[in-house]
Amino acid sequence: MEKRGNKPDEVLDSRKLSCPVPELKTKPAISKLEIGGILEVICTDPGSVKDIPAWAKQTGQELLEVVHEDSHYEFFIKKIK
Amino acid sequence: MSVTEQEKKYIEEIVEAKFKELMSGRKRRMAIIASKGTLDMAYPPLILADTAAAMDIECSIFFTFYGLDIINKNKNKNLQGPSLANPAMPVPMPNIIGALPGMTAMATMMMKSWMAKVNVPSITELLNIAAETGVKMIGCQMTMDVMGTKKEELIDGVEVAGAAAYLEYAAEADITLFV
Repeated sequence: MEKRGNKPDEVLDSRKLSCPVPELKTKPAISKLEIGGILEVICTDPGSVKDIPAWAKQTGQELLEVVHEDSHYEFFIKKIK
Repeated sequence: MSVTEQEKKYIEEIVEAKFKELMSGRKRRMAIIASKGTLDMAYPPLILADTAAAMDIECSIFFTFYGLDIINKNKNKNLQGPSLANPAMPVPMPNIIGALPGMTAMATMMMKSWMAKVNVPSITELLNIAAETGVKMIGCQMTMDVMGTKKEELIDGVEVAGAAAYLEYAAEADITLFV
């Protein structure tokens, strides 16, 4: 997928972490942002492709983009509340 | 009195709107019962509860029967992985070998190393996360009486309650799990 050019305000490196640790770390990371801020989460856990979007849907944050790189996934989440 | 299709639809719309209004102010809730005290069965309730807390789902775990060991300070660092009747282990162990002395310790060690290899948090870490993120942990009063467990033996921040109190909580839950 082409990067849409979302510029993250913070980057959370969750590489090598397995379920559910990336999701557990995403919550405090997003709560540190201002409303409208963008968090990039980097994961290697293959389950994160479904888990991070589910996390965003349930918590009411907006998942802007998911980038599939060869070695990892990048999730761009916008804090909307 | 007969109700026309139009009136029926109107009533349904009002009820649905009212329902949504009531539900929107309320957090989703999950109620888990943890009833097993082996290492492999301690993970699922804690992983699900910690994840729920991170997803803004209100969650509580009721630790009952052998599951009480998970919140017992003196026991929860030594939960054992069963070597017997556990055919799903990545390295299958025939029961006749699993029954030998020392095999439970070996199965436990193996399981811990598999978990560590993929960076799964330990039971202690999962319990700490649960406490920090507001997962309500409840010890079963009746189990404590049966096992002779004192409140002081349980980890900090745990409440003690009975079946009825827990069911009252669970009755309002959107997700209920028995582990």
